[in-house]
Amino acid sequence: MAAERILEVEGLSVAIPTPSGMLHPVQNVKFHVDRGETVAIVGESGCGKSLTSLAIMNLLPHRAMRSADRLVLDDTDMLRLGERQMSDIRGNRMSMIFQEPMTSLNPAYTIGDQLTEGPRRHGQSGMSEARDRAVWLLEKVGITAATNRLRQYPHQLSGGLRQRVMIAMALMCGPDLIIADEPTTALDVTIQAQILHLLAELQREFRTGLILITHDLGVVARVADRVAVMYAGQIVEEGTAHRIFTTPSHPYTRGLLDCIPIPGKTARGSHLGSIPGIVPSLIGEMPGCHFAERCRHATGRCTSRPVGLGDGLGPDHRVRCVFSPEELQP
Amino acid sequence: MATGTLPTATEILEPSPTALLRRRVFGHAGLIIGTVVLVIIMLMALLAPWISPHDPYDQVLDRKLIPPIWFDSPKVTTEHLLGTDQLGRDYLSRLFWGARISLLIGFSAMLISGLIGTAIGVVAGYFGGRVDMIANFIITTRLSMPVVLVAIAVVSLVGSSLTVVIWVLGLLIWDRFAVVMRSATMQVRSLDFVTAAEATGCSTARIVLTEILPNIMNHLIVVATIEMAHAILLEAALSFLGLGVQPPEPSWGLMVSEAKGMMFFDGWLIAIPGAALFLLVLSINLMGDGVRDVTAPDGRN
Amino acid sequence: MFTYLLRRLGVAVLVALTVSLITFSMIYLSGDPAVALAGEAATEEDIESIRTYYGYDRPILVQYGDWLFKALQGDFGQSHYLKQPVALVIFERLPTTMMLGLCALVFALVLSIPLGVLAAIRPNSLIDRTALTIAVIGQAMPSFWFALTLMLWFGIVWRLLPITGSDSWANFVMPSIALGYYITPAAMRLTRAGMLEVLSADYIRTARAKGLRSVTVLFKHALRNAILPVISLAAVQFGFMLGGSIVIETIFAINGLGFLAWESIQRADLPMMQAIVLVLSVFYILLTLLADMLNAWLDPRIRVA
Repeated sequence: MAAERILEVEGLSVAIPTPSGMLHPVQNVKFHVDRGETVAIVGESGCGKSLTSLAIMNLLPHRAMRSADRLVLDDTDMLRLGERQMSDIRGNRMSMIFQEPMTSLNPAYTIGDQLTEGPRRHGQSGMSEARDRAVWLLEKVGITAATNRLRQYPHQLSGGLRQRVMIAMALMCGPDLIIADEPTTALDVTIQAQILHLLAELQREFRTGLILITHDLGVVARVADRVAVMYAGQIVEEGTAHRIFTTPSHPYTRGLLDCIPIPGKTARGSHLGSIPGIVPSLIGEMPGCHFAERCRHATGRCTSRPVGLGDGLGPDHRVRCVFSPEELQP
Repeated sequence: MATGTLPTATEILEPSPTALLRRRVFGHAGLIIGTVVLVIIMLMALLAPWISPHDPYDQVLDRKLIPPIWFDSPKVTTEHLLGTDQLGRDYLSRLFWGARISLLIGFSAMLISGLIGTAIGVVAGYFGGRVDMIANFIITTRLSMPVVLVAIAVVSLVGSSLTVVIWVLGLLIWDRFAVVMRSATMQVRSLDFVTAAEATGCSTARIVLTEILPNIMNHLIVVATIEMAHAILLEAALSFLGLGVQPPEPSWGLMVSEAKGMMFFDGWLIAIPGAALFLLVLSINLMGDGVRDVTAPDGRN
Repeated sequence: MFTYLLRRLGVAVLVALTVSLITFSMIYLSGDPAVALAGEAATEEDIESIRTYYGYDRPILVQYGDWLFKALQGDFGQSHYLKQPVALVIFERLPTTMMLGLCALVFALVLSIPLGVLAAIRPNSLIDRTALTIAVIGQAMPSFWFALTLMLWFGIVWRLLPITGSDSWANFVMPSIALGYYITPAAMRLTRAGMLEVLSADYIRTARAKGLRSVTVLFKHALRNAILPVISLAAVQFGFMLGGSIVIETIFAINGLGFLAWESIQRADLPMMQAIVLVLSVFYILLTLLADMLNAWLDPRIRVA
């Protein structure tokens, strides 16, 4: 069965003018999401993963500039849409869950009001229908006494509950694609797992595409179908979750995986890995590999010319490195 | 958030703090303009005895109501660049001497209110709890009494003079000092270096003087400019109502008041002292805004 | 919510009592009130009879208690000059000043809130800079001078509006502008700052991510939260304006409380002055109480707690 393509991103870049020069936090990003698929975008803070998601939603801050070669949702070319048509899509066919459940809900309005706002705006349903769906979805995300919750205000709910409300809100219009930007980072560890399970479950049930943005590889290992690793504004490795975890082929990906302990594999008392050095400045142009400065394999070859995302490892695995995996063996 | 994703490496490109401050100060048009205008008015006030072409109290009754030199009138003379008032007094000289009154009252009243307000605010913010509650109560009580009304009532009961006006205003307008200093002190109080000073056993007075005050100085300066401008405007209003500085003193507010009856024929009589007041208050406000912007962490309010 | 209200009410009553004490003791500022009342030609016996007549010979605390007790019943004594009950005169003049204050407040808010919102939507744009310039200029203008300037242009040169009096609505246009312009800069800056802060809040991003129209985002989600401090400011400033209306009412000869205060001060009418200061103070206390209650009601974090 040929997978149905939901989102296609090609050549996506973001530029932000700063007093010290032009900042390029997202550079030439390319990936796609199929129906019912979870794609994880992984990377450390500041690698551009959040801006990538905001760029897809066209919710970038005012001064940030977006450019792309292709940005297609189902069969809609989003690059051709004005702000008004774009707002018809947002929350309707494509919705987003944010990192901060404590501040992402408006303190002045009830949960019910904020949940039903989307469908009413997009003309999908009237007030009573929207309320029914809100109750149904709140129950789906595991909130008890849903009808009463509609009358409550955000400050009366805990962080975990609020994030469940945010998830229900994202599903209100039955979107094809959900972007979840670090949905569990701000929550307690015990709640993180519940929320994650819930997301994965709902995503299977509603057959939506899910972009999961996170820095937590443990999360990725559990739910992602495919993984894109971002470093300093670029995707440095992309492939099926299985490939990424079994045969990581970029030095940065390997470094990341060395940083997490794996039960049974990591010897008790042994040191976890760490990646020395700091992230390079993304102001101005940078030829060659962005990771070269911190990479122990780096040679002159790495920085002399741009390094492309090569697919020499097969159709479902691409990596941005001048060396082949064999050459990188220590 | 977008700004949160800036890589740490960009910080290396930032200029040094002093260079940044210098760039901010000279890049702030309002601060520069305000300071220049204020300095000019202060020079006018300081040098009034020497630069005034005439005695500001000297009435020359056959030289009444000469218009300023830009007017097209046969009475115009270069001897009176800004003309004369209804009693034949040189308007330019009165303007220069009036600057003294405005600045003296503005500065003195600000100093008195600053001392009272800062004391209340710092004590409330530093000790908190019950002390803070009492301070809050005093501030609320003060705020609920209408300033202009109380000021003119008191002035009329005690009898008006320059000193009385200064004291009345000084005792009335300390509320903003107290409010701002209270919250600023509360913020600084919770910082680590204050806790450290407490832990090493420094006395409370020492902590307040050496740790707290220097760190709320910028707020203090900003409020000081606001209240000085406020006091100047209040003095002008009191004098305008006839309950502030008394004739024949050349207070700008009094000058407007005295010219009121003449304003429909000789509009410049109220325009000139009014414009002088406006420029003085504007320059002080611009300076205050400038200091606030320049000392703000991100360089803007 | 209930305990909050009760506490707030208690503070208001305490403040009002303190203010009444200060207001009462004001008459002793000039020394002996009997001497002041009697005038310069009075003999020792005249002064003594005035002292007993007005009760100035009793202990001060008894005088205060008596004065307060009567004031609470709406009896502020007789006006020394008008020979009428003070409360009656104040009651006659109060509506005019209220009317003026309300018009001024409406003028200020109608001007400052839209300007503040526009300025915040596009920070550092032409609109923002213009609005800020207007604010800086407005804050530096002496109110009496601005009032006289308005009078000169609208009343004399263009003959659009009547100069003095308080008979028709046209009489209130210039005084309202002259009284209201002074709070416009503060209200505008507060709206702008509040909007700027709220617009960068996470829940605004959520609202935009839902695809809501920008008008909805701006007015339903942003302004509602940004306006709360402006309400407090409006209440506080309304109180200040009533106190400050003395200048404007004097200039435009509007027969309100401010003008009455000025007249009473000219006539050394002590009971009248005391009563006006007390009435305006209590009114201010009520206003801030009302504003706090309104804020509590508009902010569900306080209301539903």
